[in-house]
Order: sequence, then C-alpha cells, then structure tokens
Amino acid sequence: MDEIFGIPAPLLFGQLLLGLINGAFYALLSLGLAVIFGMLNVINFTHGAQFMLGAFVAWAMLNFLGLGYWWALLLAPIVVGLFGVLLERTMISKLYKLDHLYGLLLTFGVGLIIEGLVRNEFGSSGLPYRIPPELSGAWDLGFMFMPVYRGWVVIVALVACIATWLVIERTRIGSYLRAATENPALVQAFGINVPRMMTLTYGAGVALAAFAGVLAAPIYSVNPQMGSNLIIIVFAVVVIGGMGSILGSVLTGFGLGIVEGLTKVFYPEASATVIFVVMAIVLLLRPAGLFGRA
Amino acid sequence: MAEPMLKIRGLEAWYGESHVLHGVSLDIHEGEVITLLGRNGAGKTSTLRAIMGLTGRRAGSILFEGKEMIGLRPDLIARSGIAYCPEERGIFASLDVTENLLLPPAVRPGGLSVDEIYTLFPNLKERALSPGTKLSGGEQQMLAIGRILRTGAKLLLLDEPSEGLAPVIVQQIGRTIRELKSRGFTVLLVEQNFRFAQTVADRHYVMEHGEVKATVTNAELATSLDRLHEYLAV
Repeated sequence: MDEIFGIPAPLLFGQLLLGLINGAFYALLSLGLAVIFGMLNVINFTHGAQFMLGAFVAWAMLNFLGLGYWWALLLAPIVVGLFGVLLERTMISKLYKLDHLYGLLLTFGVGLIIEGLVRNEFGSSGLPYRIPPELSGAWDLGFMFMPVYRGWVVIVALVACIATWLVIERTRIGSYLRAATENPALVQAFGINVPRMMTLTYGAGVALAAFAGVLAAPIYSVNPQMGSNLIIIVFAVVVIGGMGSILGSVLTGFGLGIVEGLTKVFYPEASATVIFVVMAIVLLLRPAGLFGRA
Repeated sequence: MAEPMLKIRGLEAWYGESHVLHGVSLDIHEGEVITLLGRNGAGKTSTLRAIMGLTGRRAGSILFEGKEMIGLRPDLIARSGIAYCPEERGIFASLDVTENLLLPPAVRPGGLSVDEIYTLFPNLKERALSPGTKLSGGEQQMLAIGRILRTGAKLLLLDEPSEGLAPVIVQQIGRTIRELKSRGFTVLLVEQNFRFAQTVADRHYVMEHGEVKATVTNAELATSLDRLHEYLAV
C-alpha cells in the first residue's frame, strides 16, 4: 500500500487525518451555531471570538493559575459560557423583537471588540500551548503515524456532537428546545420559562465553541485571529448543511473537512476555496441546504 | 354566590398599534362551561390570548382565584393554573405524539395521568410514536386538548375545538368537554358554531368589535336568537 491513485499513501492518509481534524472543529462550531440559531434566531457572529477565548482562557489558566489542560477543558467552557450568558442577558435579548440582521450586527461587533482587546493585550504573534503529556506521542498504525492528540480531538469532538444530539433529540429538555424552536410563544404559554431557556441555550452554544477552542489550543497556535480565520469556513459549512439543522451541521462539518483534505492531495491550488465552491453549488441546487427544511 | 374563579374587568389589549379588546368583562365560576360566541374578528380569540398574556400590551384586570394576572408573563400565568389550547392546535412537528403529550409541565397536582388521557382519546395511544403533525385533524385536536389535561390546571381555555372537523369528531369533542365538566374542570370555550356551543355550555357571552354585547344562559339561547342574530349571523 505505497500508492493510491498515484498518490503516496502516507500523504493521502496524512491529509485525510488533517481534514478529519479540521472537520471536527467545523462540526463542533457549526453545531453550536445551529443550536443558537434554532432557538434564538440569531446568527452568532461572536462564535469565532468565543472559540478563541476558550483557547486564551486555557492559556491564561495554565500561565497565571498553573491549571493544566484537563482543568481548562472543564473550566474554560464554563467561564466563556457564563460570559455568553451575560452577553445574551444584557444585549442580545434586547434585539429579539427586531429583524435578525440586528442580532447579526451586534454579535459581529462584539466579536471584533473581543478580538481587538485580546490582540491589544497579548499581541497577534500567537502563544504556545503544549500538548498534555498524557496525549503526546504517536501511534504507529502501520500505514502512517497518528499523533495521539489528533486522534483524541477527533474522538472527543465526535462524542461531544453525539452527546449534544442525544440531549436535543432524546431528553425532556431537548423536547422543550425543539418545541420552542417551532413556537416559542405557545411553549411559554404552557408554563415554560422560554426567555431563560434562550439564555441557557446561548450559554451552552458558546460553551461548546470555547470547548472547541481548548481542544484547538495545542494544535493551532493560540492567537487572536484563530477564531475569525476558522469561522468564515464554519459559516459556509452551516449554509451547506442547512441553517438550524443539528445533524446536518455535524455531518457537513466532518464531510467538508475531508473534502478539503482530499483537495489538498489531488488539487492543492483549490484547497482554500473548495468549500466555497461547494457552498455556491449547494445554494444553487438546494437553497435550504443539504439537510435544511425548505 | 362564591367569588368567580376567573373575574375579568375592563380588559383591553393591543397588537402593536391595533386596539383589539375594548373593555371586556366576564365572570366564570368554578365548574362552569362558558362560551364566547361571535363572528370572525369579534375578539374571541384575542380574549383567550390576552388572558394568557400572548397579546401585546394589556390593561384592565384579570383575577384568577383572586390573583391578578395582568402584569404576569405567559409562563407564570400558566403556572398559576390556566391551560390554553390554541385555535391552530399548536402540535409540534418535531415532537412525536408522546413528546407532545408530555410537553406542558405539571403546574399543580391532580392532573390526569397519561393512561386516563389515552382512555379519553383511544386513537392517540395507537399513534404514540408518530410525529405530531402526521395525525388527522381530529387526532391533532384530541392531542391538543389531551396534553393540557395532564398539567393539573383546572381552567381550560379552548379556542374553537370543533373547527374544521367532521361531525362525528365534533360530537366526540362535545362528549369530552361534558366529561371534563363532570370531572370538575372549568372551561372557557371560543366558538363560532353556536349549535355545538349549545350542546356543551352553561352560559354564553356574545362578542362584537372587541366588546361583550350580551350574556345569555344556555336555556335562554334558543329564545334569544332573534335578538342575537345581528352578532351571530354568518
């Protein structure tokens, strides 16, 4: 197994793995966006900044408090999620009665402010974050070496996506969420505190972005732009998968990561644009997205 | 006579700039079945929605069991013990029948059990795992009524449960309402079909232009039809 379609096998599998890892981040981030959009009808443009904040909180916990990766994985999503709760309560919730566009503009602005503040404080060159010792090293899979941390990221992202899906589709809370996505006024008239649910949903979506940020810290360098670079692609993923579709955003996230990886092997020149080409085609053929309800 | 369970005085409501209720007053005593009659646009649905806090701004007074509801959010009104079944039925497409049935949280002890609801509406049991909107119109209506019986709320607001249903289903809904009355529920029913209303209600309020124009007991309804004709004619 040295060559596949004339491509050296290690190169092919290496890019596939890279694609899978990028896909894991696309899936986690677009999942949070989909949950937030479904419930709040707000396209959360702060999502990239919140992903970046997750990585920075992990870095700060390590360097200022001496709390390592595992603590960061647990605490950074909570810290950033609480920040999200505050943001929803004080600002986003004031805009629900207006056009979606206002929520988009607000969250876009807040994202830029956060990014600017972090750049001011830490510079834009990027800070190192080490892979935790338990997850360093590589497995020899026979046909390639698989860095342990990368395998871990893919598995954890999959588990987080499946867990989120199960909560939404199989629990009482999830049924409230699905119902409130369809008809929030009626759900509230049944005695459910819908405004509080919206706050918590936003907090959970933001926490998921921060969780992805902590996972990303040892792979990408921790820098203020790490979110905005990624989020453009994630928005394309959300459009392709179908706005608000949970399963759609997860499958599309992983799928497009792989498509991107394969493009790097077979036609590297197009690798940066392939996702946007797919987006254009999907928009032309299925405007509601692959998994969206028209 | 005891204080009414629901005592509404001078209720006004708006949707944005449009003023839809102009001082509605009505009393409902515990155990009564009351209908709001009137033409399309008379303010019947708006009255139910205003009681639940689902309109825009409201003014006036809504005393439920002596407690003022006018400033409360819809979820707190529901938690006080009022349950609402909307005209469009509000069955959730992304929830199956069981999930729809279990959606409204219990607000008080003493609601019907799921088994009792299935006894009232045997069709629902067979469709337990179907998506809510795959049901027939009649089944959806039964589900919409069934799910608010679980909550323990004793005052039910039903918006046109007979609308668009086959006569045999309308009769079944009528039997259900009488059964609910015998179990001690209090019902405020919006109806356009006064023949149906006659078979279930104790008393009728006749509405027009966002106001109550007349109130008649069920016994008087037949003899008052001439007088009420201008409000009810379709």
